[in-house]
Order: sequence, then structure tokens, then C-alpha cells
Amino acid sequence: MREGEVRIPSGCAIAGVFARDGRKINGRTIKDSIQIMHERSNGLGGGFAGYGIYPQYREYYAMHIFYDDMLAREECERFLDSCFDIINLSKIPTRANPNITDAPLIWRYFVTPLPHRLSDSHLDEEEYVVRSVIKLNNTIKGCYVFSCGKNMGVFKAVGYPEDVADFYRLDEYDGYAWTAHGRYPTNTPGWWGGSHPFALLDLSVVHNGEISSYDANRRAVEMYGYSCNLLTDTEVITYILDFLKRRIHLTLEEASNVIAAPFWNTISLKGEEEGRRLAYLRKMFSEFLITGPFSILVGFTGGMMALNDRLKLRSLVVGEKGRTVYFASEEAAIRIIEPELDSIRSPRGGEPVIVHLDEGVKA
Amino acid sequence: MEIINAKNMDQRVLCDLIKKERHLDIEIRSCCGQRYIGCGMKKANIYIIGTPGNALGAFLDGASIKVDGNAEDAVGDTMNRGSIYIDGSVGDAAGYAMRGGKIFIHKSAGYRAGVNMKAYKETSPLLVIGGTAGSFLGEYLAGGTIVVLGLGEKKNAPLTGYFCGNGMYNGKIYLRTTERPIGLSKHLLLNKVSQEEKEMVLRPIIEEFAEAFNEDANEILKSDFIAVEPDPENRYRELYAAI
Repeated sequence: MREGEVRIPSGCAIAGVFARDGRKINGRTIKDSIQIMHERSNGLGGGFAGYGIYPQYREYYAMHIFYDDMLAREECERFLDSCFDIINLSKIPTRANPNITDAPLIWRYFVTPLPHRLSDSHLDEEEYVVRSVIKLNNTIKGCYVFSCGKNMGVFKAVGYPEDVADFYRLDEYDGYAWTAHGRYPTNTPGWWGGSHPFALLDLSVVHNGEISSYDANRRAVEMYGYSCNLLTDTEVITYILDFLKRRIHLTLEEASNVIAAPFWNTISLKGEEEGRRLAYLRKMFSEFLITGPFSILVGFTGGMMALNDRLKLRSLVVGEKGRTVYFASEEAAIRIIEPELDSIRSPRGGEPVIVHLDEGVKA
Repeated sequence: MEIINAKNMDQRVLCDLIKKERHLDIEIRSCCGQRYIGCGMKKANIYIIGTPGNALGAFLDGASIKVDGNAEDAVGDTMNRGSIYIDGSVGDAAGYAMRGGKIFIHKSAGYRAGVNMKAYKETSPLLVIGGTAGSFLGEYLAGGTIVVLGLGEKKNAPLTGYFCGNGMYNGKIYLRTTERPIGLSKHLLLNKVSQEEKEMVLRPIIEEFAEAFNEDANEILKSDFIAVEPDPENRYRELYAAI
């Protein structure tokens, strides 16, 4: 049975590294970090998101696409040709790895919307791209766009994350930020599209946990034009954050107060102004409250956010050394790549940790 | 003394090496993320340099573990006898369901420290946290003693997060502060600790803590302590849940 027909609760490993000074970090670093948490995954999914990895194509949307067969590819490329100017296309380079099998066709396209199609659509550019991607994923059988941001890319597969990094030759990519995921799905087979990160435009999410409120959240985002065609819980977090951040223009901190809203009795302990703010967000966006255990890392252009559920039912540590910030499910995953840290701490449940590039540093 | 270099060593290999070791004194160097170290061991003195992985000393049954560094989640999970000293901080759920033995943490503990600890016949577990504790400290506590010292914190700062002692029905939580835990449940009693109780109960505990981490016991004991206990007249009678 394919994932997507059954919901996946998962317990996993996450890791992230972010250079505030924009220094380029090789993909090998994030592989070394996630690899130490091998025991947290079971080989049914691993993935990475890198930011700043395509500087030569920074103006173009980088579409990473899985195809089941050539037919799906032809159909997809016909669609892309009708909506976008394709600047470059190629297979994503891979390296044979004995532990990575049954790979789909994996292609990458650098595209920009066709100007007349964009203006006819009366949409802004990002919404145009989002709708095109949702349409592709919904209508073309055997085609799945798993990454579509600018100057960033998602790389994911079925396998342990260290093998996935090797398969995608991540040592040939350098970026100012990376996230990683090792997957442990507990009741369904893994498939390539079901691995993390889940991304829309430049926003990507890796997630350790299980969303109890999944169906309520899914119904809510589907009212706003999103389509949960993978039916994995993490996918819905990506769409919620895209909606709150890009379309409603909430700050990331406000979005955190929505998805990990404090308990009413905790809100009552806050001061009047803060209490009113938190109550407003919880009431206004109640259908986006995510219950159940989670720790997530959210990557976006120029920044990264880490967040736990309000009960903090999953582990998450944040370390700093100079201008570099490290995130991981376990401290060991940080120590292995940076033994001497300036600081290390565990954020509280529902407390977002948000980092940005230093002023003047170009994403 | 046997020295094991654990750099890049698989957790199973490391745990097997420790279990088969005939020396009682074992030093593990360059430890990084290996889980279950000392699991269920009855005899041994294990000294760890680095960052041991989850469930350090789980089901510990008499052995002693000392860590120079931080530990991760579930230190001393369900331990029975023995002692664990962490010269650093720990992740979540330290001392989870332990029913005997002692855990001393020099710095802070994450969420759910001492959750569901219980006393059993003549054994009673002890968990001492030198810094502060996260939310749900001693949740569902069913026996034993938890002490939080708040070293390095401002005088009379709150030393715990939300939901301290929620659902507890036995045991005692001592806090070195006069500040009431945030949102303390109405099923719990909060009392100032008397001088006599301080000398009888807390002094030996704090002396052992100070000895392990080179702190000044008398200085620590100068401060006021408060204690959280279940209210015998108003016990929890059903599951509680936050919304």
C-alpha cells in the first residue's frame, strides 16, 4: 500500500545548522550531524533542505520533481512549458548507493513564470507558482514536485539520512543553512514523496512527532486552496505556515502562537496585553492549532525557526558557536560537528527560536 | 581502571564492552550520543567524558555513573538502585518512573523531571537538580524526593515551569526559593520548610550534592526552602488534563 492512503504518525530525528554570517556550509556537515542519531530512524525516509545552494540561479524557482515514468515526465514538462520559461533542466546528479533502491526519475528545472501568463492570472508571482505546483501534484499521475523555492532545494528519499546524503552527493553543495530529517514511520511503508522535508516555495519543514489534530488542520487548509495529496501529517504544517506567513502576513512568532497556542490557563497567567494577544490568535486561527507531540525545524530564505509543541513532548536543543546556530533532537548531533559550543539550551514548549542572516548578508 | 575510547563507536558495541568488562572502574572517553550506557547494571563505577545518549543508566540496579558533561533525555529511566551524577545539564524526563537510587544534576533539567517517580517498600528515589527545572516537574509523583536548588538564579526566582507537581499523590518536592510555583494546583499544599526538617532531610542530600560538584553546602542551606506535597484532604480523584 502506498503512503497517502494511510496517515503516518512518525518518531524521527531532526537537525539543522544556520550560518548567520552567510558563510557557506558544506552538505557533509549536516550529514555528519543527522548520522549520529541513526537509532532514531528506521531507514524508511531521510531528507535534507539546503539554502543558498543555487547562487547562479538565485532568480529562478528550482523545481525538484519525482517521476514514476517517462510518461509522467512528458506530461509534466508539457505543463511546465505552458506556464513557465524553463531556463535549465537536468537530472539531479546522484551516486549509486546500495542502500537506496527503487529510485524514481529525479529531475530539476530552473524556471520563471511566463510574463503574459502571469499577468493574465492576476496573481502575484509566488501564488502563481504555488497554484501551478498544487495543480501538477493533483492532476498528473506519477509526478510529484517536492521542492519549488528560489536558491534552495530539498533532497529526499527512502533510506537512512546518511545514505540519502550520499545518494544526492550533498558534499557537492554549499549553503548558509541546512535542515535534515531521519524518519521512523510506524505503521505504513515509506515512499519517496513521504519523506521530509516538505516544502512549498522556499518554506520547508522537518518534523519529529505526530499531529493529533491532523484532520481538523487538513480540512482548514483545504478551504484555502491547498491540497493534502500525501496525507502525511507534516505536509499540513508546511501549508499552515505558508498560509499564516505568506498570505495572512503573521510574523513567525505569531504563527508559533497559533500552531502551538498556550493552554487557556497559561494564557490567564500572562499579563493583560500579552494575554489578549495570545487569546486573539488562539480564537482567530483556532483551526490551525496543532495538537500532539512535535518538534519542527522550519527553513526559509534568510532564516530558520525551531519550535516544540506546547507540552514539549519531543526533544530539541539549540547550540551556538560564534555566528553559527545548531539545532537537533539530541545534543550529541550538535557536539559531533561542533564540540566546543558557546552555549546550548532546550527551548520551552511553544517557544519559537528564530534566527536570521546578519544585516547586509544576502541570502 | 579500564579506559574505553568511544569515538565513532556503535552504541551496541560500547554497551557490550562495558557489560563484559571485568574491571569495576570504567572510563569512557569521547562519548557522543550512545544510548543505554550502564543499562540495568548492578556493579561498576562508570565515568563518562562527553555527551552520553538517551536513557543513560536506565533500569540501573546498583552501579554508579558520573558524567563530565551534559546528558540527554531519560537519564535513570525506571532506575532501581545506584547513583548517577551529571556535572552539567540533562534533557527531558530525567528520573522518569524511578523507584530507588539517586540522581544528582549539577545544572538544569528539562521538562518532566521526576515524572511518575515512586517509592517501593523500603526504597525511595531521590532526584536533585542544581539549577532550574522545566514544566511538569514531578508530574504524577507517587513517592520519593525531588530537590531543586536554583543555583545561579536570582534570589527567590521561580525555579520550575508550568504544572509543577500536577497529578502528584505522594512524595515531596523541595524548592530553594520562597516563590510559589506558577499556577500550582489546588490539590497541592505549599509549606515553608522548617529548620528542623532542613537539617534532618535536606542537609545530608545537599552535602552529597556539594561534595560531588564542589559546591558549598552551608551556603546553599542558608536560603529558605519551600515544599510541595499532595493535600491529603483534597487528593486528585480523576485524570487531569490541560486544554
